[in-house]
Amino acid sequence: MAISREQIEKVSLLGRLLLSEEELDKMTGQLGRILGYVDLLAEVDTEQVEPMAHALDVSDVFRDDEVRPSLDREQALASAPNRDDECYLVPAVLGEL
Amino acid sequence: MSEPYTIIIGLEVHVQLDTRSKMFCGCSTAFGAPPNTQTCPVCIGMPGALPVMNRRAFELALKTAVALNCEIPRFTKWDRKNYYYPDLPKGYQISQFDLPLSQDGYLPISDPKGRFEPKRIGIIRAHLEEDAGKSMHDEAAGVADSRIDLNRCGTPLLEIVSQPDMRSPAEAKAYLTELKLLLNYLGVSDCNMQEGSLRVDANINLHIDTPEGTVATPIVEVKNMNSFRAVERALECEVRRQYELWQQTGQKLGDVPKQTRGWDEASQTTRPQRSKEESSDYRYFPEPDLVPVTTTEEQVERIRRSLGELPAALRSRLQESYGITPYDADVLVNQGRNLVDYYIELAEGCGDGKLASNWVQQDVLRTLGEQQIEIAEFPAPATALARLLDMVRAGKITTSRGREVLAEMITSGKSAEEVIKDMGIEQVDDSALQDLCRELIEASPKVVAQVKQGRQKAVGALIGQAKKKNPNVNPARVREICLELIGNGH
Repeated sequence: MAISREQIEKVSLLGRLLLSEEELDKMTGQLGRILGYVDLLAEVDTEQVEPMAHALDVSDVFRDDEVRPSLDREQALASAPNRDDECYLVPAVLGEL
Repeated sequence: MSEPYTIIIGLEVHVQLDTRSKMFCGCSTAFGAPPNTQTCPVCIGMPGALPVMNRRAFELALKTAVALNCEIPRFTKWDRKNYYYPDLPKGYQISQFDLPLSQDGYLPISDPKGRFEPKRIGIIRAHLEEDAGKSMHDEAAGVADSRIDLNRCGTPLLEIVSQPDMRSPAEAKAYLTELKLLLNYLGVSDCNMQEGSLRVDANINLHIDTPEGTVATPIVEVKNMNSFRAVERALECEVRRQYELWQQTGQKLGDVPKQTRGWDEASQTTRPQRSKEESSDYRYFPEPDLVPVTTTEEQVERIRRSLGELPAALRSRLQESYGITPYDADVLVNQGRNLVDYYIELAEGCGDGKLASNWVQQDVLRTLGEQQIEIAEFPAPATALARLLDMVRAGKITTSRGREVLAEMITSGKSAEEVIKDMGIEQVDDSALQDLCRELIEASPKVVAQVKQGRQKAVGALIGQAKKKNPNVNPARVREICLELIGNGH
């Protein structure tokens, strides 16, 4: 399955990656080769095989509904590029048109 | 209802489940804590942190799904929904995509006022997902940064998606009201819209009849509605807007991308918001950090048996057992299970379901409203009120005197008997009442003449006078005696 340059552009936009023209070309080629490699799997007959939901053959792992200590706020905010006393600060997001 | 279109509405409801800790970590879900004091490496997406499913969140979700008559698949799994937003630190939301924990259910709705026929609203699916954080933007500060509070990140949400089965804003409101009531009876959520425990998004369009056949208008998703009343208004507004827009532009479903609009309470209109990304843009894929969950037939049966009596069944029972109208049963049931229990105790105690219903709806509910209290805090126990109603039923005291007695019982916390004694209310015995009536009749020949001419209403003047002379008289009995005496030629 080949991937088009338009698809790469769309995926990079969704991933918030700003790629140069050269990088877009390079990614198109590289991702195309990866997908081609994955396509090899399509040669296996999986008609009778149930889709796998998880790599581990384990299910139903739960914890009890118990509150445990949270991070101290200073710790939580420690690596934030920008912050005030209480919150992370980010450039304003314009939710409305 | 002669509009040339059919309204098509589907609703997506997000309910915060009542757990102490978050869905995948032990941080508290308590509302109102100082910003960023309830987070940990799991819920703020630190590299290497691993989520573990909260058992209670899963059980509450399952319970709700069973109550919504959903199919419960034997196997369910988690998926990542990828998008970038500052209130989503991981860059993905853990949700459920192709194998949700429940699907294909329904919720019956009806309107005791008869504005629409009883019907079933289909439930496409109900699935679990985690909440995002909160961004706050200070408008006054202009272009300043947004502040992000991640306390809410990872709080368990149940997303309940309905079929587009509602045909009017009133039906949409009825569905929401019934859903909220059900969730309350199940005890799975506090459903507080102000605190964001229950959020509603609506999808709406019109199917317009034209000479060339039916035309569908573009579907619009409406958000930002903070009450059920707002949902109803926003949908009413959207119906008018879409119909007018279609008349002007002729735009049909498919001509333009799906639009998202936000309800603006101040202007009572919907306004455009950012357009919705296509579903595939979320690039869902299985969540590798969480293992699937299986559910057995026995588990579902156990949950089904534990649901208790749900609102619809309770309404029928109240009508059948206590002879009250569907409307009255609806009012009582909508007040919640505790009030219904009070009503049942009262109805059983005084032996008159209708009388009990009247007193609960008028006197009890009014007091709860005025004093902003719950039924559990109501000062007059059902057994005490039942004894008062017994006396009212037996004609020992009048309804209006009874009201005064109840008011005093509420203030003083005393029993009906004590209050009646304190207030000097005495039962007026029948022969004294006969004497009083005879006296009044003799003093009012005009009234007697009018009554004899067939104007029975004229006797009201005598009742008024009797009450003045003795506030404890039973007006119905005075009326009876007077009419009888006048009829006998006095």
